[in-house]
Amino acid sequence: MLLANLLGRLTLNDFPHNPITAGAGVGIVLGGLMVVGLLFYFKKWTWLWREWLTTVDPKKIGVMYLIVAILMLLRGVVDAGMLRLQQATSVGSSHGFIDANQFQQIFSAHGSIMIFFVAMGLMFAIINLILPLQIGSRDVAFPFMNATSFWLYCAGALLINMPLVIGEFSAAGWLAYPPLSETAYSPGVGVDYWIWSLQIAGIGSLLSGVNFLVTIFKLRAPGMTPMKMPLFVWSIIGAMVLVIFAFPILTITLALLALDRTLGMHFFTAGAGGNAMMYVNLIWAWGHPEVYILILPAFGIFSEIVSTFSSKRLFGYTSMVWAIIAITFLSFSVWLHHFFTMGAGPNVNAYFGVMTMIIAIPTGVKVFNWLFTMYRGRIRFSVPMMWFLGFVVTFTIGGVAGVLMAVPPADFQLHNSLFLVAHFHTMIIGGVVFGYFAGLTYWFPKVFGFKLNERLGKYAFWSWLVGFVLAFVPLYILGIMGATRRMDHYEASLGWQGLFIVAGVGVLIIMLGIGFLILQLLISIKDRKHHLETTGDPWGGRTLEWSTTSPAPFYNFAIIPQADQRDAYWASKHATKPSVKPHYQAFNMPKNTPFGMFIAGAALTFGFAAVWHILWLAIVALIGLIGLIIMRTTYDDSEYTVSVDDIERLEAQSKERFA
Amino acid sequence: MRTKLNTDKPNITNYVMGYGLSLALTLAAYSLIRIHLNSIHTIPSDSILYYLLAVLAIVQLLVQLVFFIHLNRETKPRLNIMVALFAGLVVVVIVFGSLWIMSNLNNHGMTPDQTNNFIIKDEGIHY
Repeated sequence: MLLANLLGRLTLNDFPHNPITAGAGVGIVLGGLMVVGLLFYFKKWTWLWREWLTTVDPKKIGVMYLIVAILMLLRGVVDAGMLRLQQATSVGSSHGFIDANQFQQIFSAHGSIMIFFVAMGLMFAIINLILPLQIGSRDVAFPFMNATSFWLYCAGALLINMPLVIGEFSAAGWLAYPPLSETAYSPGVGVDYWIWSLQIAGIGSLLSGVNFLVTIFKLRAPGMTPMKMPLFVWSIIGAMVLVIFAFPILTITLALLALDRTLGMHFFTAGAGGNAMMYVNLIWAWGHPEVYILILPAFGIFSEIVSTFSSKRLFGYTSMVWAIIAITFLSFSVWLHHFFTMGAGPNVNAYFGVMTMIIAIPTGVKVFNWLFTMYRGRIRFSVPMMWFLGFVVTFTIGGVAGVLMAVPPADFQLHNSLFLVAHFHTMIIGGVVFGYFAGLTYWFPKVFGFKLNERLGKYAFWSWLVGFVLAFVPLYILGIMGATRRMDHYEASLGWQGLFIVAGVGVLIIMLGIGFLILQLLISIKDRKHHLETTGDPWGGRTLEWSTTSPAPFYNFAIIPQADQRDAYWASKHATKPSVKPHYQAFNMPKNTPFGMFIAGAALTFGFAAVWHILWLAIVALIGLIGLIIMRTTYDDSEYTVSVDDIERLEAQSKERFA
Repeated sequence: MRTKLNTDKPNITNYVMGYGLSLALTLAAYSLIRIHLNSIHTIPSDSILYYLLAVLAIVQLLVQLVFFIHLNRETKPRLNIMVALFAGLVVVVIVFGSLWIMSNLNNHGMTPDQTNNFIIKDEGIHY
């Protein structure tokens, strides 16, 4: 009884017994201990605390997002490898190496991690690293809130990986539809882990959305009127508006599911007036905007890259802006196409089918504008441009498959088949992942001060592209042949095994591509002396982020730049400017603070307690959480002044370094 | 560099008024339900009660936007009002879209249990 009060439903049996999970869990714990040990050995704790853990500098927060997102990418890819191995081997009398329940946990984890912790993480990494620089600002609007967002994201990532060490993960799919996610079918802790990790990370995303939208609205460089903003900034406006209006729906839906599960309510159960379809409806009212939240920044990145590497201004700027606005609005009016087959009548299906097809128009406008930007440009086939060319091909194929499925009768055939799985992976790998990799390669010199190795970057690109085609073209074919998603076993007589093996080989080649990316990073760090970026403008850039040094000083710009036209930096490079002594002015910068990390720590503790039904810990954590927020909001002394002397000294130093 | 926020600060009475109005509207909604539960005849039918509650909720939303978010005292560019209008649009799309979808699903006659079995089968997850 005492133990139940103390530990909730946590018992010794909850530590994993099967070799795969236990191995991964032990690996994570040992890896963590090794990092801690190394920090003690090299006496780096103070450095870590001062420079990183307590930082409110968006450039550093972006790097931390990047590190966590890459770790999560490795986890998600290992999951994908296991799914492919199981489907390639579990045929006829052979049942593969994992059982049905593990298989379901793995695909649930793969989907949730890849969307919430890889794609969202990479997106916020790039926004943090580049957005303030690109609008000519020294900081984001709410630096402390930005740090809190990151730490909440980090807490969510920890919580979603905790099932490897304690308990089990959800086996209800990446969106956890009721009734499967209700206690009747999932009495264990798996779905609770899913709910609370997404809830915590999702609130972090919502705060980030508010933060970046306000940053763009309020902190743009003088002269940068809306139609002079770089396209990346416009795409972030679209994405952040979607975050602000879609994530509250996710928060509410998850909260209702949590109430069902922990307090025995009936929002989505069959009894007592609940309805599971309401969950499906709500989760997709968030879920469809979510895919545009991920892809819009990739569109923005590609717009910058195409115009830089074609040495031309972007074709059709105004139509690009309106395409983003149209996509932003339309993405809120198509969500039913995720459940055409689940009981809606022809009127409803026809309406949502047509709305879905309409989205292809602004998207097509963007594709043609990129192609016309390249037309008669002076194109340099550098790594970011190669990612772009790969993207145009894969994204168009995936988009065509999407328009096909927007036709409700066709969707009745393709719903829940591997064709659908292939479609959304084409969009997310060929669109989002390629886009973010392109952006990271493009902006890497700006962030770290040296260029990435070109040759290994090209190897990585080709491995990803070939691996992607091999991994997902078979799934399109299998889907049309009738293979459904989430199959852990099928009969040999169906003749699917060959295609599943090809898909497995494709995943291996993608893993090779990830290997090349890691190798590229390591080699580039080793040879950084030879690839130092001293000009601030390695690619012949057009926008303001290239006008400062690489890496940018913590205050980004000693003097806030003037942006009187589109591609402001390009214009200033080609204008003859009189050399005048710069006139500096003192400015304020935010002080470091550990409160973001503390708040997220309290949220993580609360999440853990809610998963395991440890009442006392949940109460303590909740009080701590609210207390910390109140303590922080009563803080007056959160900024310090950088004086003119400091700026002169720092600028002279950097001039010496880059001379 | 921080852009200066609106210097024309609303005073405390403004907030107190907003708080008082919000409180009054909440109490009004609550007492409507109490009255309805106590005597069926005061309010003719359930659906009229629902509409009254919805109206009270929307009025309260506007009260909070004006008194706490100060939508009315914004200077140009009127970003808050733009965001608020877009929010209104999204809310309309999602609320009426959901009502339309859910009533349409109900018209196609699956019982809640049938719906559940259908989703379980459709998800391809077995227990």
